[in-house]
Amino acid sequence: MKNYLFIMRQPPHASGRVQETLDMILTAAAFDQQVGVLFCDDGVLQLASGQNPAAIGLKDTARIFTALEIYDVDALYAEAESLAARGLTAADLILPVRLVSRADVNQLMNRHQLLIPD
Amino acid sequence: MPPGFAAGSLPIRFSTLVFYLFMKFAVQLNSSPYAAVAGLDAYRFVLAAIQAGHQVLQVFFYREGVYHAFRYATPPDDEICIGRDWSALAERHGIDLLVCISAAQRRGLLCRDEAARQGKLDDDLAPGFRIAGLGQWLEAGLQADRCLVFG
Repeated sequence: MKNYLFIMRQPPHASGRVQETLDMILTAAAFDQQVGVLFCDDGVLQLASGQNPAAIGLKDTARIFTALEIYDVDALYAEAESLAARGLTAADLILPVRLVSRADVNQLMNRHQLLIPD
Repeated sequence: MPPGFAAGSLPIRFSTLVFYLFMKFAVQLNSSPYAAVAGLDAYRFVLAAIQAGHQVLQVFFYREGVYHAFRYATPPDDEICIGRDWSALAERHGIDLLVCISAAQRRGLLCRDEAARQGKLDDDLAPGFRIAGLGQWLEAGLQADRCLVFG
C-alpha cells in the first residue's frame, strides 16, 4: 500500500480535468490505497457550496467529492491562504476539511509517497 | 550503517548496488503533442532512463496525453512526429505504452476491437500502444520506485 496525495489546483467547470482527476482518486481508493486530497489555489473552489453547474449544462462535480467518504477518502486538506484569498472559510465548503497553512504544505507532501497533480 | 554494509562481507553486495543504481520508473503523460512540450520531455526522459540502465515500467497516456497515440497523425515532413517516435521506442526497447480507455474514448481514439464493439470502423491506435485502464496505472505506481507526471 502507498500514500497518495492528489493536489487540486484547478477551478471547477473551467475544463474537463476534474472528472479525470476524480477517476484517479477513486481508482486509488478502490485499490485500498491511502488517499489524501489537498485543495489549494483555485482548487479550493471545487468544494465551494452553492454551485449550480447544471445551469450551463455541466456536471455537478462537487457532488462526486461528497461520495469520496464511501471510499474511505476522508483526508481532505485545504490550504488556509488559498481559502482566505478567495474570501472563503471552511464553513463555506460542502465537506469538512483540515486546514493547512502554506508553510506546512511541504511537510504534508513529504508525508506522502506519490504526489499526483490535477 | 546503511543496508548492504555487513561486517565480514564485501562493503556493498552486488544486489544492493543494483538496487541503488537502477530504478523502476512509472511515467504518466497528460498533455497533447502540440499544446505543450511535456510530451517531448517525457519521451526524452524515458529514453535517457533506459539508456542509463533504468527500467520504465510503463508510460501511461492520460487526459490530453492520449493524442500521442493516434495512428494517423500526419504532420508535415519537416516536423517531428512524436507518435512515431513513441512507437519506435516501444519497438526498440519494449516499453509498455498504455492509453487510458476512458480518456481515449472521450477524445475519439478507438482501437479496432473497441470500435468494432461499438459498430464503428475506427482503427486509431498507433503501433506499440495498447488500451488499458486506471487499474494498470495504479499497479505501476505501486511497483515503481518513482512516479513521474508530465504535463
